Amino acid sequence: MSSRARISGRSYWFVVFHQLKHEPVALFSALLLLLIFLAAIFAPWLAPSDPYATSMIHRLQPIGSPDHLLGTDELGRDMLSRLMFGGRLSLLMGVAPVFMAFVIGTSIGLFAGYVGGKINMIIMRMLDVFYAFPSVLLAVAISGALGPGMMNSLFALTLVFIPQLVRVAESVTTQVRKLDYIEAARMSGARSFSIIRVHVLGNVLGPVFVYATGLLSVSMILGSGLSFLGLGVKPPEPEWGLMLNTLRSAIFKEPLIAALPGAMIFVTSIAFNLLADGVRSAMDIKR
Amino acid sequence: MTPIILQVRNLKKYFPVRANLFSREQKFVHAVDDISFNVTKGRTLGIVGESGCGKSTTARLIANLMPADSGAIIFNGEGVGEIGGLELKSFRKKLQMVFQDSFASLNPRLTISETISYGPMVHDTSKEDAHLQAHDLLAKVGLDPDLFASRYPHELSGGQRQRVNIARALAFNPEVVILDEAVAALDKSVQAQVLNLLQDLKAEFELTYLFISHDLHVVHYISDDVMVMYLGQIVEMGPVEQVYSEAAHPYTRALLSAIPSMDPAHRTQKSPITGDPPNPIHPPSGCRFHDRCEHARAICASLVPALMPVQSSHVVACHMNHPSSGYETSGSDVQYASAGATR
Amino acid sequence: MFFYVLRRLLYAIPIALGVTLISFLLVYLAPGDPLNAIAPSDAPAETIAALKVAYGLDKPLPMQYGLWLLRAVQGDLGVSIASGRPVAAEVLTAVRNTLVLAGIAGAIGIFFGCLLGALAGYWHGSWIDRIATFLSVIGVSVPHYWLGMVLTIIFSTWLAWFPAMGAGPGGSAEWLWDYAHMRHLVLPAITLCVIPLGIITRTVRALVADMLDQEFVIALRARGLSNATIFKHVAKNTAPTVLAVSGLQLGYLMGGSILVETVFAWPGTGFLLNTAIFQRDIPVLQGTILILCMFFVALNLIVDIIQPLIDPRMARA
Repeated sequence: MSSRARISGRSYWFVVFHQLKHEPVALFSALLLLLIFLAAIFAPWLAPSDPYATSMIHRLQPIGSPDHLLGTDELGRDMLSRLMFGGRLSLLMGVAPVFMAFVIGTSIGLFAGYVGGKINMIIMRMLDVFYAFPSVLLAVAISGALGPGMMNSLFALTLVFIPQLVRVAESVTTQVRKLDYIEAARMSGARSFSIIRVHVLGNVLGPVFVYATGLLSVSMILGSGLSFLGLGVKPPEPEWGLMLNTLRSAIFKEPLIAALPGAMIFVTSIAFNLLADGVRSAMDIKR
Repeated sequence: MTPIILQVRNLKKYFPVRANLFSREQKFVHAVDDISFNVTKGRTLGIVGESGCGKSTTARLIANLMPADSGAIIFNGEGVGEIGGLELKSFRKKLQMVFQDSFASLNPRLTISETISYGPMVHDTSKEDAHLQAHDLLAKVGLDPDLFASRYPHELSGGQRQRVNIARALAFNPEVVILDEAVAALDKSVQAQVLNLLQDLKAEFELTYLFISHDLHVVHYISDDVMVMYLGQIVEMGPVEQVYSEAAHPYTRALLSAIPSMDPAHRTQKSPITGDPPNPIHPPSGCRFHDRCEHARAICASLVPALMPVQSSHVVACHMNHPSSGYETSGSDVQYASAGATR
Repeated sequence: MFFYVLRRLLYAIPIALGVTLISFLLVYLAPGDPLNAIAPSDAPAETIAALKVAYGLDKPLPMQYGLWLLRAVQGDLGVSIASGRPVAAEVLTAVRNTLVLAGIAGAIGIFFGCLLGALAGYWHGSWIDRIATFLSVIGVSVPHYWLGMVLTIIFSTWLAWFPAMGAGPGGSAEWLWDYAHMRHLVLPAITLCVIPLGIITRTVRALVADMLDQEFVIALRARGLSNATIFKHVAKNTAPTVLAVSGLQLGYLMGGSILVETVFAWPGTGFLLNTAIFQRDIPVLQGTILILCMFFVALNLIVDIIQPLIDPRMARA
């Protein structure tokens, strides 16, 4: 009897979290991400040297130099420090647009899906137009027209992800809305707002969340890509994509250093994807 | 004379269907086509019919889960949702519904006690009171509150979930409960338990049931009155014993003889009814059953039979039962008439 | 079927119009007077006034859009600020080069994606499955502009097997199907094929693994049908989804090639777009986006129309 009592009363998110703990790959990815985030957040305290300090005589020092563990870049700045500081903007590029698009997209999708009918159709048809743009192209077009700048690329990326998240939120809401428990809630005489908050939101958030975690790596690759094209962060600000671009001149002399910022993007993005896969399969449990 | 608690007047619901992009002709499924009936307080009205006959639509219309095209619902003499009548929100408290799918009708993210107390909290009961009440109700439907209150729906069996759904409906202290195929998805043994529970609760809470089912055994067991629907219309209605023993409509008789008998001496020899119900977009003219009816005559294809009493409270819509209808004198040449009348 | 095609066509029209509207509005997204975007900044006052009338900038916005659309339909996308040549001509040369790159990369990605995915799905849980899963995670995670750099370092700088820049010898922008040009295609195509490869491997693997669990496949096996026959059934049932995903990926490649083209200085639309952005050559930006998106819309339409030919259920849906 006591064991049965123990099983009961576990909330959905608790079970998901519990499930996630048993996925070594996801757990390892989460740990790696934590490390990368901490290094970026505490860069001002952890970094061995000033990421902006240039030195003409110490240009392109190889990896393993006594003063520069990961060498120096084309202007003699310490790579390790720049990579740590660079993580701040690159990670921001990965997380912020997805978060904003998640909030905005879920709201629109919930509204459209719950209202249904013609209003829903109009909203979705309008978003279909954005679907006609491949996402890289849309991001480049918007930030290209707006001109270089980090805020512009954040804006562009958010705009790229909103239609996708709206579509997911809308389709899940439409499914949930047809379920009997929504009818039962309507039978109680509750207002639509209360029904959406209590009965719809909790059941829509999960799938949208899974989709959004899958976008994190896309967002970071795209965001750093915009900086790589010169459309995002402006020099001398450290950012992985931009560093990759400015180091292109060094691929003959110090190819390993030139490839380093990209390797950071790659590792972080793999960790994001593996964690997203873990979250997806953890949430796939039969509720 | 016991009071009538619920009156349904000329209820109609047509669902529009689009044939294709370029057809201008608007077509409709005649889901519920002009039905009227009364529900007596304290009795159980069973509604039976094949799938697609409009039983569930009727339930949803009465519960105001979808708007009717026309018609009125009168509850305790007050028109629901009418000006000067009963407000929808108060009506919600008095009429509740239990759905067929016990799992889909429970929010998977809420605990059992949260689900039950949600309704009363909408009606301004405090959270504590609502939860206390939820515990009481769980005990009433035969679930130990200490064990079940904080569980999630996926941790319960189908029968347990349906008990929770019943408790949720009762949390409003309703007068009428619509049970829409409420036991259809349960195992036979669990079904019997839930049916007995429903009987007990009915006596305790002085409830009136609308029991919708395709299972004639179950309807026979639980109902006081029975209403038979065919293609969105009522074909026969009356006290359950009378209808089951002296069915007057050929369709009711066909339904009843289709029940597998427990007695090997009464094996069903031939299928009493053949074919599928006709397309509800183009229902047959006259009596909607005439193209499947072995007694059909010409008049059946041309004239719509009205619901008329055969005995005091037993009504039927069939020309055969009403001497003045002209059935006796009508030719049997139904083929000709129906060919002209149906498209 | 006829109605289905017609419905798809009708559905594509508002989308295409929406795309033109967004492309048109891009000029207004650009900071400052749209005229600045069209005219060179050092243009004399009378030129600006003439341009204003020529482009109808003195008219209300909806009318400007109408006039612009009318010109665009006739193939007039304006004049490049940087080169002074008609935008349409510049874009079309670039589109040709992008199509070559995206087409080859797409073909490689789709072919190997299907192959790898089918093998992984068939031997679900085996070592080949693990390799395929690993590769597909890498495929969707790798920043392809970085992969391009890494491939350049390895195969150009170290091994000197393939050239690192351009589409042909001597920086030729004219594409030819000869050995010298093909050598230039190798690295960019491999770089670009990684994304569809990952996604298609993933899709096909999931589809095939799922299909083999289906009752009808088990029934086929139970009847003693050969693996080849079963493969035919599975292929027939997975084809529509694979086609849809592939079409979408091919479209994304045309957009995604921007970054890879920049890395390899491939004279395609991405390269053109990148140059246009930094020269603030908004007409070229606008024209390139418009044409690429029209290709994408057309591609989706073609996929939509082909799909029911493979799976008749779709036409009725």
